[in-house]
Amino acid sequence: MASYGARALVALCPGWPVMSVGRPPSALVAVVEANRVVAVSPAAGAADVRVGMRRREAESCCPGLGLLSRDLAGESRRWEQAVAAVEEFAPGVEVLQPGWLALGARGPARYFGGDLALAAKVAAAVEEAASRDGAGAEWAGFCRVGVADGLFAAQLAAGTAAPGEPVVVPRGASAGFLAPFPLQVLATPQLAALAGAGGAGTGSDGRFAALVDLLQRLGLRTLGDFAALPPPRVLGRFGTEGLLAHRLARGLSERPVRGRVPPPDWVVASELDPPAEQLQAAVFVGRALAERLHQRLAGEGLVCTRLAIEVETVEGATFRRSWRHDGALSAAAIGERVRWQLEGWAQGPATAGGGPGPREGQGGQARFGPVVKLALVPEEVRPDTGRQLGLWGAGPGAAARTARALARVQGLLGPEAAFSAVLQGGRDYKEQVRLVPWGEPREPLRAGGGGGTVRQGSKSATARSREGPPPWPGRLPGLAPATVHCSPLPAEVLDRAGRPVGVAGRGTISAPPVSVAFRPATSGHGGPAAPGGGEAPASTVVAWAGPWPLEERWWDAGRGRRRARLQVCTEGGAAYLLVREKGSWWVEATYD
Amino acid sequence: MRREALAQVEGRLGPGPGRRPLPLAAGLASLFPEGGLRRGSTLSIGAGAGATSLALALLSGPSGAGSWCAVVGVPDLGLVAAAQSGIDLGRLALVPSPGPKWPSVVAALLEGFDVVVVHPPRPVREADARNLGARSREHGAVLAVLACPAWPARPDLGVEVAGGNWRGLGEGFGYLAGRELEVVVSGRGGAARPRRGRLSLGEPVSLGSAAAH
Repeated sequence: MASYGARALVALCPGWPVMSVGRPPSALVAVVEANRVVAVSPAAGAADVRVGMRRREAESCCPGLGLLSRDLAGESRRWEQAVAAVEEFAPGVEVLQPGWLALGARGPARYFGGDLALAAKVAAAVEEAASRDGAGAEWAGFCRVGVADGLFAAQLAAGTAAPGEPVVVPRGASAGFLAPFPLQVLATPQLAALAGAGGAGTGSDGRFAALVDLLQRLGLRTLGDFAALPPPRVLGRFGTEGLLAHRLARGLSERPVRGRVPPPDWVVASELDPPAEQLQAAVFVGRALAERLHQRLAGEGLVCTRLAIEVETVEGATFRRSWRHDGALSAAAIGERVRWQLEGWAQGPATAGGGPGPREGQGGQARFGPVVKLALVPEEVRPDTGRQLGLWGAGPGAAARTARALARVQGLLGPEAAFSAVLQGGRDYKEQVRLVPWGEPREPLRAGGGGGTVRQGSKSATARSREGPPPWPGRLPGLAPATVHCSPLPAEVLDRAGRPVGVAGRGTISAPPVSVAFRPATSGHGGPAAPGGGEAPASTVVAWAGPWPLEERWWDAGRGRRRARLQVCTEGGAAYLLVREKGSWWVEATYD
Repeated sequence: MRREALAQVEGRLGPGPGRRPLPLAAGLASLFPEGGLRRGSTLSIGAGAGATSLALALLSGPSGAGSWCAVVGVPDLGLVAAAQSGIDLGRLALVPSPGPKWPSVVAALLEGFDVVVVHPPRPVREADARNLGARSREHGAVLAVLACPAWPARPDLGVEVAGGNWRGLGEGFGYLAGRELEVVVSGRGGAARPRRGRLSLGEPVSLGSAAAH
């Protein structure tokens, strides 16, 4: 009994990498990873594109071939739906790789009336789940299923199965079934599933690759040849690894299917009947939920670092927002956030501030009303490793107080109202700053963000570019402006004769600027000229420098920009950074 | 009685770590009555040229020494200049557009941050101003009101730019390398007599040597 492998079922979708990206079987598509084709659509397969080919080979045998790079994360994510569908009627599903799943077949087969019935049920479930997105609709009958003793034999059985016709190897017959297979399948059992892949010979990356190579040189071609050797001799000559491979070749078990434990559902929710008209009532329920969630998580030794609060109102609108916390969220902290969030929603959308409004889910501009359902969804949990506070209270305490204050602000205005700034590479002052919503990782988008020093884009900087951050030529040296206008203000720059000053294509100025006129921003603070309507006040230029040209992406007609910049200092003691683009002047920044 | 004893101890040892004034940048410290920003006080930073630079200079001292700062209602703040002036951007929070709920936002921030700079987006109600002043006293935070001459409550200190000049820019040559600001600090109590001083920003070099390297 123990010598045979445990009964296992394997289901697979051969073209999963192609299928999961939503391409129909008739599309000429191949998925490429590391310059090798890893999957082909049936149409491409018919055009002689084979798995294992180099990219260029594949292109040469099928000129119209569309090549996609592999998206393993996406494949796994979509495969997860199929796994969940099977898990509904059979526990202990193992994902071998995206597109492959294994299942301990003994119990479910007895329950559903035999291996064939189980195989048909699994195939139907997988196909139904995978075609739910609409992607797999044309792929009908793609799922192949094999049942055999042991995972290895089941994988090969599934690989040789035709769509709709599962291969069931009877109990105890695995050795005979395996015997004709070439030895390469020991290294990569998936090989059998790939049409015509017998000669592909890409067994170099598998587990038993070296062993298979050696056995072939010794003249053994098939699993049957290998299985015929006496086990003690195999152990003596090839060691434990050889013995393990030998057991596989004889149809004995290496390991049983290792079913996964379905991820636990931590969501706590409560229906409110009658609906909570008063905010306080909803907050009260929220506190109780927070307490319950915290106890459940603490019982498992987990803490929640990101939490979504979901609310459904009488009118059927749903509101949802995520809260992030770098430390753990305690029961009281969760309760507090529920209160802030409900208060924030009840006070109405935070659109008046001009900042980006909260993401209100499907509700859109829905009005907040009496609450009928409240749910707390932990989006990120991790093991509780505890926290050590500083002995004198100062350091970590301050950070925690700040985090609390900002969480409060985010509750009032939405998560995209409070920011942290990161310096990054860029040519103008706006590009050099990236605003990151508070709580998200502070990472620059482009390298080369200098600290406090702004270097001139000189030859030495260019020479440094081979190592270290890129130099961003065209950055201005010296003092940075304290006010960088969100949208540049249109300005007029005149010369002594009262004509507009221009900048020629070669970067020369037509005449020295004498006066600058522009209307200050209406929400301007501390601007040198008093805010107000009327004529744009002109001021006399006492000192100036420039123009400094700035040419970006000249090769890209859509996004290319040509600008020239001028620093001017006016009589009133103010200084501005002026920019000329497409024939007009703008005040980009004020040295306020 | 216990309070008196504490005051005695404090008189001998100096104030505790939570009550020491926040340090200021070199050019500014001598202008302030306590040599730094007193916790719990309200400042007003005058409107006019140089106000934003002055606000950044005021933040640079505390931020460099590890304090957390927040700026509310200044969407066009030059953050490269902030980093240049010595502010640690990792400890600087920005709420560019607080909207009509700005008093609640500032009140929340005063609980957690050491210095909160606010430019009120609209006319300020007296109750809000008094409430925020009380909040900052309660939590030992500094409330700095930027460019709002109509702030209804009287601030403890007023900081203004009285003038200044630029370095490095000529008639068609050079670049803005630095500036001098003339700063006036006036207020109540120890600061009743206005103090004037010069604050130097940017590269501390003349144009000649800047062109040489």
